[in-house]
Amino acid sequence: MTGPILLLDAVEKHFTVRRGKGWHRERTVVKAVDGISLEVERGAFVGCLGPNGAGKSTTVKLCTGILVPSAGSVRVAGLDPTRQRIEVAGRIGAVFGQRTTLWWDLPLRDSLDLLARVYRLPADRHRRRIDQLVELLDLGPLLPVPVRQLSLGQRMRGDLAAALVHEPEILHLDEPTVGLDVVSKQRVREFLARENAEHGTTVVLTTHDLTDIQRLCRRVLVIDHGKVVHDGSIDDLMRRFGDERTLVVDLDEPAAPIQVAGARVVRVDGPRQWLRFRSADVSAAQLVAAVAATHGLRDLSVEEPDVDEVVRRLYGTSDR
Amino acid sequence: MAEALRLYLVLARAEYRSAAQHRASFALLALTSTLLVALDFVVIAFLLQRIPRLGGFSLAELGVLYGLASTAERLADLMVGDIEKVGVQVKAGTFDLVLLRPGPALVQVAAPSCRPQMLGRPLQALVILGISLSQAGVPWSWDRVALLPATVACGTLIMVAVWVAGAAFTFVAVDARESMNAFTYGGGVLAQYPLSIYASWFRHLFTFVLPVAFVSWFPALHLLGRPDPLGLPEWFRFAAPVAADASTTVAAVAWRAAVRRYRSTGS
Amino acid sequence: MGLWLAVARHSFRRASAYPAAVVAGLLTNTVFGCVRAWVLLAAFAGGARMGGYDATDAVTFSFLTQGLIMATGGWNLGELPERIRTGDIAVDLHRPVDLQAWWLAADLGRSAFHLVARGVVPLLAGAALFDLRWPTRAGAIALPLSLALAVLVSFGLRYLLSLACFWLLDERGLNAVYGLLNLFLNGLLLPLVLFPGWLRAVALHLPWAMTMQVPADVWLGKHDGAVPMARTLGLQALWAAILLLGGRAVTRLAVRKVVVHGG
Repeated sequence: MTGPILLLDAVEKHFTVRRGKGWHRERTVVKAVDGISLEVERGAFVGCLGPNGAGKSTTVKLCTGILVPSAGSVRVAGLDPTRQRIEVAGRIGAVFGQRTTLWWDLPLRDSLDLLARVYRLPADRHRRRIDQLVELLDLGPLLPVPVRQLSLGQRMRGDLAAALVHEPEILHLDEPTVGLDVVSKQRVREFLARENAEHGTTVVLTTHDLTDIQRLCRRVLVIDHGKVVHDGSIDDLMRRFGDERTLVVDLDEPAAPIQVAGARVVRVDGPRQWLRFRSADVSAAQLVAAVAATHGLRDLSVEEPDVDEVVRRLYGTSDR
Repeated sequence: MAEALRLYLVLARAEYRSAAQHRASFALLALTSTLLVALDFVVIAFLLQRIPRLGGFSLAELGVLYGLASTAERLADLMVGDIEKVGVQVKAGTFDLVLLRPGPALVQVAAPSCRPQMLGRPLQALVILGISLSQAGVPWSWDRVALLPATVACGTLIMVAVWVAGAAFTFVAVDARESMNAFTYGGGVLAQYPLSIYASWFRHLFTFVLPVAFVSWFPALHLLGRPDPLGLPEWFRFAAPVAADASTTVAAVAWRAAVRRYRSTGS
Repeated sequence: MGLWLAVARHSFRRASAYPAAVVAGLLTNTVFGCVRAWVLLAAFAGGARMGGYDATDAVTFSFLTQGLIMATGGWNLGELPERIRTGDIAVDLHRPVDLQAWWLAADLGRSAFHLVARGVVPLLAGAALFDLRWPTRAGAIALPLSLALAVLVSFGLRYLLSLACFWLLDERGLNAVYGLLNLFLNGLLLPLVLFPGWLRAVALHLPWAMTMQVPADVWLGKHDGAVPMARTLGLQALWAAILLLGGRAVTRLAVRKVVVHGG
C-alpha cells in the first residue's frame, strides 16, 4: 500500500471552556490544535516534543480516533478515524505512560491472549506473535503475574506487547519512559528501535525525555500552541535554535563582567565567567582573542548547547 | 451483529476470570444470587398474609407480575447493568481506551455485566413466574403460551433500552448519574406491582415515555384474562414488541449521540 | 477533641463536594418513596390497620426511610474494606490514632451532611404528593437522640463487618450480602412491623431495625410515653454499645493479624 500512513490536513480542534460558576459562565473557545498539516510515511520514527498544554495529547487523540477534528481531516492508512473508528483501531496500537491497557486483575498472559482474541488474530499468528513479543521483551517470568503486581517497568513492557500483539501499522506512544529506571528505559528504546527497523512499524513517540528523541527519532516535530513550530531532524533543530554557544573563561583573578562585542556575560563566579555568543556574530577564536587581549586568561572551554537547553529555549520563546 | 456478540462474550469471559481470582467473593456472590430467595417477592408474600388482595390482585397474580418484571430487569442487568459505570470511566479518562479498541463502545462497556455467578437472579425470578402462573388460574390458550416467551424477551429489551438510554445520559451529566437508578431500578420495582395503584401522571410516565408498563402489566392482564381497570385499549396487551422496538431505537440513537459528543468535546 | 472535629468536618466537606450527585440521589429517593408509598396505600386500602400502622403511617414511613439511606451508610460498607484489601490500612494502623475512633468521626461528619441533604427533601416531596404524619411533641424531642443512636448503630455494624475483610481479603461479595440484608432488614422493602409472626419480633430487635425502623417509629409517635421511649432508645443504645465494643475487640485481633495484601 502506498501513501503516507498518517496524514493530517489543516486539522483544528476547538474546545469550549466554561469559566466561573453559576448560571452566567463565560464561554471561550480554545484552539487546542490550530491548523496542523503533516504527513508521516511508513516506517518513520517520529518524535513529538512540546511544552505541556501545547496540544500534543490532543493531536495523538485525533490521530487515533478518540477525538474528531473540528476542522480539517485525518487519514490513517487511507481511512478516516472519524467515520471508520473500528477499522482504524485494528491497524493502530497505543501505549500511554500513565494508564495501562491491560486487565488489572488478570495474569499478563491472559491479557495478551485476550487482546489477540479481541483483535481477531488467527490462531497460528496469535501464538507466534505472543511468543515473539514475550521473547523480545523478556516477559517470560512475568506471564503468570497479575498485572496489578507488576512494577512500572514490567508493566510498561507488558503494555508494549499489548499494543503490538495485532501487528499494527502505526504505534503511538505517549510518555512511555516516564518514571522508569535507566535500565528499563534502555530496554524500551532498544525494543522500539528494533520493532521499527525489522517490522517497519511506524512509530510516533510523544515524550519529554530528550534522550529518547536523540537515540530513536530521525524526525522531530515540535508542537506549541496547537501548531507545528518545527518539523525536521534533530540536527535541523539544533541548527535553528541551538547556535548559541557558551565560552567559559577562567581569568587570573576575579574581574568585572567582560565587555566584548558579540558576546554577553550570563554568569560570573569568582575568576570564572560564562560568555554566551552566536557563531553568526563572532567565532570562538575571535572571542578568545578579544578576551585574552584585555584580561589574563588561565583556562577556557567552549560549551555546546545540549538538547535540553535548546528545547528550553524553544519553549521559552513562546508567550506563556 | 455476530461479531459484536463474539466480542461481548470474549470480554465477558475476561471479566469472569478476573472475578474468579477472588474466590471468597465469587462464592459469596454466587451464593447470594442463587440461594437467597428473592427477598422483594418475600415481602409481597408477607403482605398477602395479612390482606387477601393487593390492588385487586391475589398473591399468585402478583407473582405473575413480579415474575415478569423481575426476570426482565435481572436479565437486562446481567446483559448491560454495568454500563452505568461509563460515567466513571469518562471521568477517569479510561473511556479513551474503549475507543482505541476495534469494537463497538457499547459492547465493550456492557460486557463486564455478564457475570455467570449472578445467573441465579433471573433464574429465581423465572421460577417464581412459573409457580405463580400455575397457581393463578390462567385460562391457558395458544396465544397465551406464545405470549410468554415473547413478553420476557421484549420486557428484557425494554429494560436494556432504559439502561442504555440512562448510560447515554451519564455521559452528559457524570455527577448526576445516580438519577438513572430512579428509572432503571425504579422502573423494575414499580413493574412488580399492578399499575392501577399508581397516580395517573406516574402511570403515564411509565407507559408512554418509559414503556415499563409493557414489561409486566399489559402482558399480565392478558395472561390472567383480566379486564383493564384503567380502560386502555385492548391491543396494548400485545404491544410489547412495539414498545421494545421503539425503546431500543431511541436508546441506540441516544447512545450514539453520547459517544459522538464525547469524541467532539473530549469529555 | 480537635482532631476528631477536623476529621468529621473534612468528611462532611467531602460528602458535600458534588451537589449534582445529591440532586440525582434525591430524585431516586423520591421515586422509590412514591412507589413504596403507593404499594402500601393499596395494602391499607379501606382504612385498615396493620402492625400498629395505618395508611398515613405507612406512607410517611416510606419517605422517612428513603431519607435515611445515605445517613446510615447506603448500600455498601464504605471505603474501609477497600483500604484493607489494598493494604493501605497499614498506613492507618501505623498512625498513633485509634482506628475505630477515626472512622467513627469520619462517618459522623458524612452522616451529618446526608441527614440534612438527603433527609429533608424526600419528606417534602412526599408531603406534596401524599398526606404525611408529622411528629408529636414527644417524638420531636426524642428524634435527634434516636437519629444519633441510629447512626452509631449503623456505623458499629458497618465497621465490624468491614473488619471481616482482614480475613476475607476481598470486599465485593461481602458488600453484596450486606446490601441485600440491609434492604430487607432495614424495612426498606416492607416496614418491619408488617413482617409476620416470629420474624417480626426478631427483626425488630436486630441492629438493622435500630437504624431506620426505630427512628421512623419515634417520628410516627409509636413510642410516646416515658417507659416505651426509654425502652426504645435504650435498646438502640445497647446495640450501639455492643457493636462499638465488639468493633474494638475485633480491631485488636485484626491488628495482630495484619496481612498486607497486594502491591
